Amino acid sequence: MTLLKVEDLKVYYPVRGGFFRNVVDYVKAVDGISFEIHEGETYGLVGESGCGKTTTGRTLIGLNKATSGKVLVQNGEVDLLSLRRKEFYKYRKDIQMIFQDPYSSLNARKRVLDIIAEPIRNFEKLSPTEERQKVQTLLERVGLSPESIYKYPHEFSGGQRQRIGIARALALNPKLIIADEPVSALDVSVQAQVLNFMKDIQKEFKLSYLFISHDLGIIRHMCDRIGIMYKGRLVEEGTTEDIYENPQHIYTKRLLSAIPDIDPDNREKNQEFRKQVNEEFSNNYKNYFDAEGKVFDLRPISETHSVALP
Amino acid sequence: MPGKALLQINNLTTSFRIGDEYYPAVDNVSLTVNENEVLAIVGESGCGKSALALSIMQLHNMERTKMEGEILFGGQNLLSLSLKDLNKIRGKEMGMIFQDPLTALNPLMRVGQQIEEAMKNHLNLTDAEMKKRALELLDKVGIPNPERTYMQYPHELSGGMRQRIVIAIAIACEPKFLIADEPTTALDVTIQAQILDLMRDLQKQMKTGIIMITHDLGVVAEMADKVAVMYAGEIVEYTDVRTLFKNPLHPYTRSLFNSIPSAAKGQEKLHVIQGIVPSLKNLPRTGCRFSSRIPWVDASAHEAHPELREVEKGHYVRCTCYQHFEFPEDAEDLKYDIT
Repeated sequence: MTLLKVEDLKVYYPVRGGFFRNVVDYVKAVDGISFEIHEGETYGLVGESGCGKTTTGRTLIGLNKATSGKVLVQNGEVDLLSLRRKEFYKYRKDIQMIFQDPYSSLNARKRVLDIIAEPIRNFEKLSPTEERQKVQTLLERVGLSPESIYKYPHEFSGGQRQRIGIARALALNPKLIIADEPVSALDVSVQAQVLNFMKDIQKEFKLSYLFISHDLGIIRHMCDRIGIMYKGRLVEEGTTEDIYENPQHIYTKRLLSAIPDIDPDNREKNQEFRKQVNEEFSNNYKNYFDAEGKVFDLRPISETHSVALP
Repeated sequence: MPGKALLQINNLTTSFRIGDEYYPAVDNVSLTVNENEVLAIVGESGCGKSALALSIMQLHNMERTKMEGEILFGGQNLLSLSLKDLNKIRGKEMGMIFQDPLTALNPLMRVGQQIEEAMKNHLNLTDAEMKKRALELLDKVGIPNPERTYMQYPHELSGGMRQRIVIAIAIACEPKFLIADEPTTALDVTIQAQILDLMRDLQKQMKTGIIMITHDLGVVAEMADKVAVMYAGEIVEYTDVRTLFKNPLHPYTRSLFNSIPSAAKGQEKLHVIQGIVPSLKNLPRTGCRFSSRIPWVDASAHEAHPELREVEKGHYVRCTCYQHFEFPEDAEDLKYDIT
């Protein structure tokens, strides 16, 4: 079942210039993308820095303002972007976010109790005792001791902080969690811990994830379906298998060829392959992008797989 | 093929002062880098790999750092050189590529000037010769329009371009030896691939010896000839790259491999190393330093004074615990560290 549907989302930032600071141009951070997230699945949004993946995530929960487009929930009956602030809040609690940097996303002056209770205080009326109990259960669920409610963020390691961030996101039993590069600031072994944990709670709470990352190894490990973004548009979308086993768009191929192979015996072969793909990328650029260098619209090539081709 | 020894580190211990006491961040490390060879040093943050790199360049704050042992380079012990003699070697014979290209470059200087700065100090060239060389270097590191970039400031360039400039500066005086401290960590995958390819091409051309510091095993597989795995200031495993990837022995190396998604293909659960890297102050000074993170391995498996021992030809492993190490079947109990 579809949980959330994004239709032709556009986010433009105005570029001002001239004497009166008039709008002279737009930066098209997100330029017309559409995708669906089903219940219980992990949808991966991949791309290089500056491709608009983070902007997309932030727009879905209202941290950025969309220029146009729709974000549909409740079987397509409600468009989040057209709601007034008050009405939006009703749905806002179903979507939570895990941020990239666990060092800057937790308020250093607040205790863990206040950090995790903040969303609860916004949406539910609980007595202080109930609230504390709820926070303690959440802490236990993310593998931190219930006594840590009176500690401050600096007393925790990076992985533990990220789990506090996850506990905060879980506080209101959301349906969808937007995870924006949740592990890129962490060491490999801590990364593994957070990723395992995210998979566990997904099963437990029947969560859906929008998983934003530039690390293709992690995306492959975590995601059911993947959308590849480039210059604010989707160039390819499909199941993990479609994308990794049968990439069609030249940009996807280029991205995949750039992943370092874990086998040292393949290194010459990989370098050769990368050279080929890069040549193909520059030679056939015209076949994959229109006259203005814009990515074409997605076209389905199988039931699950769509590619941006003319 | 690797030639003769270029840099030899013997029993290097680098200690930092915290309060009134010195704590070793690099503990009794011995390594050799040959000509035309890439040695990768792998480990998590806090394991001492960057401290080791900075020790070789002696970029630590000397008031708070104590260094013992030997770093032999070109027949001289770098640790006993005066600052003046050291500066003749640093930047000329040895270059360094830093992690973050934005902070490594001076924002107020044009790119061209920054490249010439190293030449000004070390080579006896006229201005015109230096400019010519700087342009050649920019071309060599794959900058599409050297003339234009020469006059630009760092903020006008993208991350990948900046890292190319940092590399151009490092190789400006054709050093025999380079230290690259996480050269691609701040970059996107496609750019990372380009920079790695570039570094390897340059290394082959110039027959440089490179120490490459990284936490990414994929980068190691793409670049290295030899690998040293560091944990808590010590080298725990040291061998050539193919042996390490085919037959990793030390529990720490094996745990690292099992915790990265690209190596653990199809595996539902990634391995989590229990606990955290002990901080400098709380490092256990006796016994196997990794023992606290594999508590299910029996204490008798560890040595009292673990040493780096050659277990097969050219394959060095510390402590005997690797012989008894296996991943626990029941991973559920070991999932998270409860604090």
